[in-house]
Amino acid sequence: MLPIIFVMPIVQLLILANAATFEIKNIKFAYLDNDRTPTSRALLEKFKASTYFNVLNVYTSGKEANSAMLNGDVDVVLNIPSYFERDLRKKKGNHLGLTINAIDGATAGVESVYVNQIIRNFNKNIRVDLMQASDQLPQQLNIASIPSFWYNETLNYKTFMVPGILVLLVTMITLFLSGMNIVREKEIGTLEQINVTPIRKKQFIIGKLFPFWVIGMGLLTIGLIIARLIFDIPIVGSLALMYAYTSVYIFVVLGIGLFISNYTDTQQQAMFIAWFFMVIFILMSGLFTPIESMPHWAQLITEFNPIKYFVEVMRMVMLKGSSFMDILPQFLKTLLYAFVMNGLAVWSYKKTN
Amino acid sequence: MEDKKVIEVNGLTKMFGDFTAVSAITFDVKKGEIFGFLGANGAGKTTAMKMLIGISKPTAGEAKVAGYDVASEAEEIKKNIGYMSQKFALYDDLTVKENITFFGGIYGLTRSQIKEKTNELIEELGLQDHKDKLVGSLPLGWKQKISFSVSLLHDPKIVFLDEPTGGVDPITRRQFWEMIYKSADKGTTIFVTTHYMDEAEYCDRVSIMVNGKIEALDSPKKLKELHQADTMNDVFLKLARG
Repeated sequence: MLPIIFVMPIVQLLILANAATFEIKNIKFAYLDNDRTPTSRALLEKFKASTYFNVLNVYTSGKEANSAMLNGDVDVVLNIPSYFERDLRKKKGNHLGLTINAIDGATAGVESVYVNQIIRNFNKNIRVDLMQASDQLPQQLNIASIPSFWYNETLNYKTFMVPGILVLLVTMITLFLSGMNIVREKEIGTLEQINVTPIRKKQFIIGKLFPFWVIGMGLLTIGLIIARLIFDIPIVGSLALMYAYTSVYIFVVLGIGLFISNYTDTQQQAMFIAWFFMVIFILMSGLFTPIESMPHWAQLITEFNPIKYFVEVMRMVMLKGSSFMDILPQFLKTLLYAFVMNGLAVWSYKKTN
Repeated sequence: MEDKKVIEVNGLTKMFGDFTAVSAITFDVKKGEIFGFLGANGAGKTTAMKMLIGISKPTAGEAKVAGYDVASEAEEIKKNIGYMSQKFALYDDLTVKENITFFGGIYGLTRSQIKEKTNELIEELGLQDHKDKLVGSLPLGWKQKISFSVSLLHDPKIVFLDEPTGGVDPITRRQFWEMIYKSADKGTTIFVTTHYMDEAEYCDRVSIMVNGKIEALDSPKKLKELHQADTMNDVFLKLARG
């Protein structure tokens, strides 16, 4: 118990202080350059030079950019219109199209500010450039961006948070219930009675999993009803897909819980360990702080965070209406995770010491 | 038939690190026998019993229970034995009936068998009015009797009882031993640990463990003669004090 009390908080402090950052960095940025002139390239150079933006891709069509946005491959798309340079010289002004993934409203707001800052700087410089080129004194040059916030047009934070909080509740309750369960039977002594029966390990673990799985699905249902009726969250995607993913996801959490339960002797220990993972899972899930802003090593850790996948899938399906093919990577990783964790749970349950 | 051995133990040893909890014990138990397994607290009784019921692996030596090896065929043993631990180990938050159904199911009884057994058991224990009560709400003596009956659900060849009458009043203890005799008459072998020396007198044969070793093994009558004692209590004190 003593190592648990001291080691866990230290590990959490070291990981979380670095990883759970509210800074917004590494924004997934892509652009459509319909102009292809020195001016448009100069503007894009500004974004490439910025440390906040990761210029990921150049799209040739709006359709391509839209589907990348739907998959979550990019968060910000800058659309430079045709005749950008020409219009700039003629009309002394121009408008850029800016599409921002606004599922996380706060992040979207910050991203919009960053983009505008770069454009404002560019405005100043271009004035000097154009003055030399045309030998004319330009009055006022003005490039403005017109942002459109996708998936959450009004930047409503509830739209962003409710699916995430629902994820947390389903996870927390199923993890704690399963984590406490076998160890509780150890404490009461019923586990010993079970161990002298010819019950198979698989049967025992399935018997333990199933009731909590039902509870987890019930929680999801209640949560979705509340999200729809009280918070008026749009449910754009397929409910069946949400349930299908959740049904696999809950097995991951339950497997982790039972694994913890098998390795602890008291409910107190189990609670401690479950909390340890829960706190790391929550703060590194991308729910409160964007994963893209985390340092590389922390991003690697999040690959093992089931909550991250669940948050992604819920937001994608609920708010963007993503299809099964869109969430396939998350789905497969979760499925693999479920097999590994439940395999470990069966393996670590020992009828004979 | 009476002399058929159902438990054969040979040099069975269990070590926890440097500590030898059970040190090379050797004995046999015959079919239908009531075998008393005595010893002071910490003498190694429970550890030895856990090896015999297949939930603890022996460090050395071997033992066969119902014809199966405890080290390699533990799961086969479990099909053939019943066990009642010193902690009450039925589910407190299930009713009497539910507990019977649950354990019956685990032992692979069919629905009709479970129904039959449930009625039989409830009638035998006089629990008609209490069958739908949570087990946790019943007095300890009743719980122990239910627990014993549940361990007999699947008609095991051997029943292991670990201090079954701890904390139970004398009347219930008496009834409990009547139940034990009844099932022994049906051919079930009873392997019982106890701290009550009067209960030791009820056993066909008794072994006394001291510091992980079996110091005495015979019928209560012969043990008393051998140690020139009037009661099993005196025999126990002589041996346990060394």
